[in-house]
Amino acid sequence: MSQHEDIALQVAGKTFQSRLIIGSGKYKDFNENLAALEASGAEIITVAIRRVNLGQNADEPSLLDVISPETFTILPNTAGCYTADDAVRTCRMARELLDGHKLVKLEVLGDQTTLYPNVTETLAAAETLVKDDFDVMVYTSDDPLVAKRLEEIGCVAVMPLGAPIGSGLGIRNPYNIRLILENAKVPIIVDAGVGTASDASIAMELGCDGVLMNTAIAEAKLPVLMASAMKKAVESGREAFLAGRMPRRLYASASSPIDGTFF
Amino acid sequence: MEVIVNGDQQVLAPASSVMDLLESLQMTQGRIAVELNGKIIPKSTFQQHQLNDGDKIEIVQAIGGG
Repeated sequence: MSQHEDIALQVAGKTFQSRLIIGSGKYKDFNENLAALEASGAEIITVAIRRVNLGQNADEPSLLDVISPETFTILPNTAGCYTADDAVRTCRMARELLDGHKLVKLEVLGDQTTLYPNVTETLAAAETLVKDDFDVMVYTSDDPLVAKRLEEIGCVAVMPLGAPIGSGLGIRNPYNIRLILENAKVPIIVDAGVGTASDASIAMELGCDGVLMNTAIAEAKLPVLMASAMKKAVESGREAFLAGRMPRRLYASASSPIDGTFF
Repeated sequence: MEVIVNGDQQVLAPASSVMDLLESLQMTQGRIAVELNGKIIPKSTFQQHQLNDGDKIEIVQAIGGG
């Protein structure tokens, strides 16, 4: 960018060059996940916290052996939690697992079919986690009042959905995302709903600070190529936002001058 | 004595520690976190923490997720 230097994304005092955050679910194997991560340019990757398999071979590599916490910022999530208590417990386990790492993605789900967030439980969990010194990036609905409340509680980033998790339906309510952005003092990151590159660009063109996605990359026919597409989509959407788009007009506006015609 | 590990019953020698349990499961290497009856057990205290009959232990790791 020659005319405008962007400021990098800052979350909880840490600077990130990439505005794309990706997940680690649904990949064929760890190596495909790592290749997608590298192609995406993402610096932050989400992980889930689950019971170890007691029968598992001790020599079998684990996710964090392949995707190193030394190279990438690991963002443990609370996926699968339906109560504030389970989410808080999961975050505490994650902090112990990652040697005191405080950054977490809070999500408290309300319904198995839509995976819509349970907002009241999310608010309760956010209060507890912020008091317990976590840096909370919070998945929520696209309700502007709830987004503001989560910011006031002290969440370091608010992450409204564009559409249900894993649906690939895109940004279904861009006007709500805009309302959230207008009032926000913390990064707003669209989390969930992105299906393809243009969806990520739309989120960024609205002025979002970043996009978080998993299925859109992992379920593409060629995940590594889609990861590369998403990198470009997020960058181009960001540049278009900074550049400021032209106004929409109902009628045409000629691009070639009318003066000087010889016919 | 019997304890519940990740929902499964395990028989351990009396006065086993958290470390003894992890050794028996070959889980002393790698990134895990341990919860004993709902309370996190810091890695540095695995040796000191003695288990009691009926204890509920959760051992977790990071896996793929979005």
